[in-house]
Amino acid sequence: MADVLKDKIADVFNEPACGVNVSKSEQQRKKGCAKPLTPGAAAGGCAFDGAKIALQPIVDAAHLVHAPLACEGNGWDNRGAASSGSELYRTGFTTDMTELDIVMGHGEKKLFRALRELIEEHQPPAVFVYSTCVPALIGDDIDAVCKAASEKFDTPCIPVNAPGYVGSKNLGNKLAGEALLDHVIGTIEPEEPTAYDINIIGDYNLSGELWQVKPLLDRLGIRILGSITGDARYRQVAMAHRAKVTMLVCSKALITLARKLEERYGIPFFEGSFYGISDTSDALRTLCRMLVEQGADLELLTRCDALIAEEEAKIWNALEVFRPRVEGKRVLLYTGGHKSWSVVSALQELGMEVIGTSVRKATEEDKTRVTEIMKTDAHMFENMAPKDMYRLLKDAEADVLMSGGRSQFVALKAKMPWVDVNQEKHEPYAGYMGMVDMVRAIDRAINNPMWADLRDPAPWDEASSVTQPLPPLKGTCPVTNVSNEVHQKRALEPSLAALESSAVDFEDC
Amino acid sequence: MTTIAHVKRALSTNPLKSSAPLGAAMAYLGIEGAIPLFHGSQGCTAFAMVHLVRHFKEAVPLQTTAMNEVSTILGGAEQIEEAIENLRKKASPKFIGIASTALTETRGEDVVGELKEIVSRRKDFADTKIVYAATPDFEGGLEDGWAKAVTAIVDALLEPGDPVWNDRDLRQVNLLCGSHLTPAEVEEIARIVRAFGLKPIILPDLSTSLDGHVSDAWKGTSLGGTPLSDISALAKSAYTLAIGESMRDAAALIEQRAFVPFRVFRSLTGLKSVDAFIRILMELSGTTDAPPSLKRDRARLSDAYLDAHFHIGGLKVAIAADPDLLFSLASTLSGMGAEIATAVTTSTNNPVIQDLPCTEAFVGDLGDFQTLAGESKAEMLITHAHGRHASAALGIPLVRAGFPIFDRLGAQDICRVGYRGTRAFLYEIANTAQAHHHRARPEDFGADPVPQEFEHVSYAQAS
Repeated sequence: MADVLKDKIADVFNEPACGVNVSKSEQQRKKGCAKPLTPGAAAGGCAFDGAKIALQPIVDAAHLVHAPLACEGNGWDNRGAASSGSELYRTGFTTDMTELDIVMGHGEKKLFRALRELIEEHQPPAVFVYSTCVPALIGDDIDAVCKAASEKFDTPCIPVNAPGYVGSKNLGNKLAGEALLDHVIGTIEPEEPTAYDINIIGDYNLSGELWQVKPLLDRLGIRILGSITGDARYRQVAMAHRAKVTMLVCSKALITLARKLEERYGIPFFEGSFYGISDTSDALRTLCRMLVEQGADLELLTRCDALIAEEEAKIWNALEVFRPRVEGKRVLLYTGGHKSWSVVSALQELGMEVIGTSVRKATEEDKTRVTEIMKTDAHMFENMAPKDMYRLLKDAEADVLMSGGRSQFVALKAKMPWVDVNQEKHEPYAGYMGMVDMVRAIDRAINNPMWADLRDPAPWDEASSVTQPLPPLKGTCPVTNVSNEVHQKRALEPSLAALESSAVDFEDC
Repeated sequence: MTTIAHVKRALSTNPLKSSAPLGAAMAYLGIEGAIPLFHGSQGCTAFAMVHLVRHFKEAVPLQTTAMNEVSTILGGAEQIEEAIENLRKKASPKFIGIASTALTETRGEDVVGELKEIVSRRKDFADTKIVYAATPDFEGGLEDGWAKAVTAIVDALLEPGDPVWNDRDLRQVNLLCGSHLTPAEVEEIARIVRAFGLKPIILPDLSTSLDGHVSDAWKGTSLGGTPLSDISALAKSAYTLAIGESMRDAAALIEQRAFVPFRVFRSLTGLKSVDAFIRILMELSGTTDAPPSLKRDRARLSDAYLDAHFHIGGLKVAIAADPDLLFSLASTLSGMGAEIATAVTTSTNNPVIQDLPCTEAFVGDLGDFQTLAGESKAEMLITHAHGRHASAALGIPLVRAGFPIFDRLGAQDICRVGYRGTRAFLYEIANTAQAHHHRARPEDFGADPVPQEFEHVSYAQAS
């Protein structure tokens, strides 16, 4: 590994703003926060995956993957990060390294040529160039290629050094943040900075979740200057250093970026969430308070409180409609992080019973909150093996599983309703209105009439009544021509006649 | 003879290929009680798994040796051993199929040697069959990986036999299925074989593992597929039917090991291709007649030819797919009078691309496909779901074929083989053409538009 990359990784793992990291011993901290992966029992993406996830929602930029086919070929255009403008980010660009490129060391040259072709054809505001395992292994210097290409083609080419084997998706997120800090943020000055400019870090606008929150910010007159990165434009991210406050959304991974923005540009940050009603209100209140501290007009707080009161009342009214349909239903929640508690409280408010929630990826803080809300820690669990979860659902100890795509089939194959609450989901559940969408999704899943039909036994599994005995099958099968009638008149082909006649069909007749 | 052109570009835009290890994993999933294992970084597996899940809408048991920086440099034999041990503990698979990736192949690991050492030392692994195929991502695509995996399965699990003293079952045939066949297609081909009173051993058999069904219990392995006992029984078959040119190597290996003669069927789509298949089945089952249901199917297909040729004759079609699928669909449509305006494929390893019904074929990506189809004024695109970008850009319809199809349900149920499947395919193409029927305008023929002042303007609009 290049020393530069090694230093980078050591740097992002030493995160003073992260509670978990601070509570570790010096020795533990050196090891970083990446858990060693177990062969044969690992799940999840690699560092490259994480880096691409974090940067791809910069929608007008081109994203070029320097790799053999698999890294881009198996993964392009597979996420639901929505764009309100350019669609260039959904185009899959790769150098598709061949054996010859690798053996002859043509990687760097090919990358440079690819950059020229890309920029000539699409004229993007910038190109993000991702390194992957193979070019890192053979020592392609993508930093040098990017530097040369940036000058030659007068377009910023940003190297993202996060080859898959250095670690997990989480580490990739962090390294992507570093790339933004090193090469993008602070390179462009906004024309008219205002006292109401904010950064939102860690919301990828999946299915348009950012847009569920935007109307609230619009009404308060707050502008998302740096969206890192959801429905983002390159220039927008480049101006992020002029925001007044940073909100870090459900992401421990990008905390380093938030902290460094504070250190370098004096932008204070807070961690918040737009999932759940109370969380959304809390986030808005904190956001406004911090903006006022940074010089925004004091009346922002009054407007914020008014907005929250109005929206909360509206949303509880809208949710009340669903109460009779979801009350008393038992939910098994298998997500992680802050979602463990931010959704729980809203579901309980509607009379649903949360029989269990996973606390993987959750911090101690998150766990305390869960215990507070659930009044006991008996329902918290870390990981659950698919087999156990299948049994739990099959025995109908829960009415619905809310989880990410990985456990989707565990629920479905147990003939149990499933609601997608992770990043691949197709519906946005953020902000106040998102909560209604989520409860509607639960209602739609649980109360679908097909479940009853599906769970009823097949005709042959029902308690059988006595049927009258029938004589053995007779005649000729119209499909295969095979017959078990000895005296049949119809002449068979000699060869077929030679066939041993059987009472069992070859076919379904 | 088709000339093969390579697009001279460093940049690949919108890849057409899926990777070779993914193809190998798919083939392994057609074995009963299997878990495919990628020897690479965990991302290689994650991307492939998401890809497979999005296509089949099924849980896919795919695992990784989770190579990190240190093991990449020092060698990953320990990672493989640990992975096998963990998989056995977790899901007790009967079969583990290992596929290498670009990462481990760039380093150049001797996995065959290492695996041999592991298996001989770890006696406790004995009840799990372990197969390894070298499938670097930088060499070929899905079809190549699939073919290598099938050959590897035969190589590892079929014992050499005696040319004379063997106990042939004359009613048993081997059916080697190429990567271009969907679960429904495998099932249809098996149905046809069974209709002749023959028992097929299907390798690999996706029709029982990835056909999309609810089973009674949760398994951490493939949910069906070729039973391991069937694989050793390949030696007793009277004949090997290899579907797709990419299956030739595996068929030849069976012949070499067990003296089972074989024949490759490059396509089972189209009247003449299916006829050739039926002819050999008649021979193998010792009959000069065919089952009535097949005769009926053929009569129906003949009628479909009559009805569909009005719409397909002269149609300019652009196809992008792995070689076997490309050949199969292109030759069928060309046989109906369509013009293969553009053919783009993924790999040059399969000689079938030299016999496409067009003068030139390109090895390229969907970006090239879009450009070429536009230049050749194609009226219809046939490729996998990622072709939706080209379809939208060119404003011409897309018929989804190949892997992946993630934006439609029932990808596993598409059947374009046999008399029935060909009929469905012709109707699909003809209907797509009709749905995008161009209504003639005076301008099409060079006439001036009809003057506006003749148009009746309703009272409401006028005021």
